[in-house]
Amino acid sequence: MNTSAQISNAKLNRRLLKDKLFTYAIIFLAFLSSVPLFLILFELIKKGYKQINISFFYKVAPDTMEAMVAVKNNEIIPGGIANGIVGTLIIVGMASLIAIPVGIICGMYLAENSKGKFAGVVRFIVDMLQGVPSIVLGVIGYIWVVKPITAGFSSLAGSVALSIMMLPSIVRSTEETLKMIPGTLKEAALSLGVPYHKTMLRVVLPSGISGILTGVILGISRIAGETAPLMLTALGSAAISTDITEPSSAIPLLVWEFYNDPNLVDMIWSASLFLLILILCLNLTAKAIAKRWKVQY
Amino acid sequence: MEASSSFNRNRSKLMNSEKIFRYLLIGSGVLIVLIAIGIVTTLFIGSIPSFKEFGFGFIYSTDWNPTQGRESYGALPFIIGTLVTSVLALLITFPFAFSISLFLGEYFKNGKLPSFLRSVIDLLAGIPSVVYGLWGFYALRPIITDLGLNAQGFGIFTSSIILAIMIIPYASSLGSEVISMVPGSLKEAAYSLGATRFEVVKTVIIPNAGSGIFAGYILALGRAIGETMAVTMLIGNSNKIPTGIFDLGNTMASLIANQFGEADGLKYTSLVEIGLLLFVITGIVNYIGKLIMKKLSA
Repeated sequence: MNTSAQISNAKLNRRLLKDKLFTYAIIFLAFLSSVPLFLILFELIKKGYKQINISFFYKVAPDTMEAMVAVKNNEIIPGGIANGIVGTLIIVGMASLIAIPVGIICGMYLAENSKGKFAGVVRFIVDMLQGVPSIVLGVIGYIWVVKPITAGFSSLAGSVALSIMMLPSIVRSTEETLKMIPGTLKEAALSLGVPYHKTMLRVVLPSGISGILTGVILGISRIAGETAPLMLTALGSAAISTDITEPSSAIPLLVWEFYNDPNLVDMIWSASLFLLILILCLNLTAKAIAKRWKVQY
Repeated sequence: MEASSSFNRNRSKLMNSEKIFRYLLIGSGVLIVLIAIGIVTTLFIGSIPSFKEFGFGFIYSTDWNPTQGRESYGALPFIIGTLVTSVLALLITFPFAFSISLFLGEYFKNGKLPSFLRSVIDLLAGIPSVVYGLWGFYALRPIITDLGLNAQGFGIFTSSIILAIMIIPYASSLGSEVISMVPGSLKEAAYSLGATRFEVVKTVIIPNAGSGIFAGYILALGRAIGETMAVTMLIGNSNKIPTGIFDLGNTMASLIANQFGEADGLKYTSLVEIGLLLFVITGIVNYIGKLIMKKLSA
């Protein structure tokens, strides 16, 4: 009697111990996963802050010779990433101009035809587009724009590649948001005699604007750091280039260039730090919008 | 009379814009379909010359030789490199992603700590690939070298570690969602029978949420397969079949990134064909993931 109680007690203790160990392991591993983020941030800030000054924002990237002389004299490398900033603004801006209208309208279409057959096909394709590797879109940008249209590398080609990349997230966030908006709102507008398109554009769309905006900003932050497709399309340029049919630089492309040039290594960190801060700000904005103006009824 | 005609004019104008709007809606859907068809046909047409030259041998040939006159291209080393790197990355990610899913979906659903962890995961997803590559090159590579795993610290293992960190957000987010959706009544039934939390996880949560967690890993695998920059910077870019996980290698995406710029002729179409293969492989992997998810919600 006594021994059986002891045995079951020991068994219980073992079960409880297992439970405890498992819980600790979960907590430990979950937080261990957040370590790389801080290591990366620390590394970027430690090595990158020195280079960030005012000229960093308005001067173009230095050439190898300038950098070599500066490094030799133990000075900060002159120059900045202005060509990258302007390039990123133009490329990402044009990509948004292409993707946002198409994405929102397509999201509206999917939300309005949730059961249609063709809508199902479109939804499936949007899902598949989401998974296309960015480098493949770079190849597409090259074949569609670089070869036939601009006859050479161009920021337009980069924008086309990136616009396909950001399209799925805009479509899906628009669809998801609009689906949450109650049908009564639409019916109320329609019953007052408001035409269908005005109902959609002036009543339904504005009430979901925060969700859509969140999707758009997340889409932008997703493409702002993309390097691979731009290597095959925008290529890079030493000067500030505002002609969309000409090659252009972008911040991630500059990081790649600095990485490949031993004399410019010191510039990598500041350019990456700037890029990372830019993307983090976009993410935080998206989060703030989603939280502040939550779509709820 | 006059009023009625102006009414009719307005009405027809209205009907017109109504029609235009409807066409616009469908048109955007058609455009998406056209983009997808365009991508597929473009890749197909681009790889025709290479296919004519090498046929299906392209897929299992191990040669990548751009020397003029003896040009020969095969995709096998890169297909193997891609699969090994991404599967290894998934294996490394697994314990971490699973812990995060359980942490956020079951153990600590609300509060400051989980919302902190959630933000960290979101931020991890936001770091550009090229920055991961830099960090891998300057911070991780020396460690690999010190451990004596690879003389220069490059290779499949190094890139897999970085890939594993990169896909943590994708692998964990779907999992935590499905875990948090496991019905409370099931868990309570198990608790009332005297189960510990670990036993609840083992016997209730995993059987219930398992396929959703798995779907998340498949989608993360799709991510890893298509990842370019970080891998290019760390894998060593050798064109041979890797002999082990510490060996150098190359992936399909990284090969395109490296060689597309200067390519023309046969090499160019071979690279486009590699792009087509990469597109097909990620397509299949993502399709499987979606299929599992669909079964889940049905």
